[in-house]
Amino acid sequence: MSKTSMSVDIVVPNQTRYLRVIGNIAEQIAKELETDAVDQDMLAYHLNLVLTEAVANAMEYADERRADHTVKICLSIEENDLRIRVYDHGQGFDISAVPMPDIDELQERGRGIFLIRNLMDSVTYQKSESGNVLEMHKSLK
Amino acid sequence: MSGSTSNMQLETQTQNDRAVLIVKEERLDAHNSSELKERILRTLEEGGRRLVVDLADVKFIDSSGLGALLSGYKNASQRSGTFVLSGLQPRVRSMFELTRLNRVFEIYPRLQEAISSQGVS
Repeated sequence: MSKTSMSVDIVVPNQTRYLRVIGNIAEQIAKELETDAVDQDMLAYHLNLVLTEAVANAMEYADERRADHTVKICLSIEENDLRIRVYDHGQGFDISAVPMPDIDELQERGRGIFLIRNLMDSVTYQKSESGNVLEMHKSLK
Repeated sequence: MSGSTSNMQLETQTQNDRAVLIVKEERLDAHNSSELKERILRTLEEGGRRLVVDLADVKFIDSSGLGALLSGYKNASQRSGTFVLSGLQPRVRSMFELTRLNRVFEIYPRLQEAISSQGVS
């Protein structure tokens, strides 16, 4: 059972070179968790992946006219609940309309949300005060 | 690609009539995947019809990395070429399995096997 409780807020410039930094932070946090309920190495990879996907999405959808070209990430762990929020300043999109990738179509894009949905327990995307927020949740029990 | 090229570390070789691209990066993500896509396309345009992409050094791949490889596969197929992968680490392989792309790509454990096994033309 996890006994860890923590909250981390990160703001990075809207540049893809920072994806590596975000991914590394996610991996380190996963390895800090005191949990024997999940494979920590695999959890570390999965957190790296979902954050990389979510932040890359936020960077892609960012509104270039805004001066604050940054992406904000809030990551919190309370009891056994992991919650990640990624904020963007773009036009947003309808997450319910994102289709499942079709293996026969061989589309080069469109697997990011699919991967996040697969690796997390729930995913929502909605308007927030300053743009949009993608919120991901996973139980570590 | 725009001016934000990532200067990807990529080794190119020709072995046994195969164009071999060895990705010398630990991560394939939205920062460098478009460069990989372009390098694969350029290799095909320069006449390489039988491509091997080795991912032994890659510890992390995201959806854009998978997309870049899929682009290579499709472009090679359109030119009646072949496109195979080698050296996938277990976590990288798990991403291919999750997205079912392991059913699309021909994947070999080691580079030398990819080079010698790609005999059918």
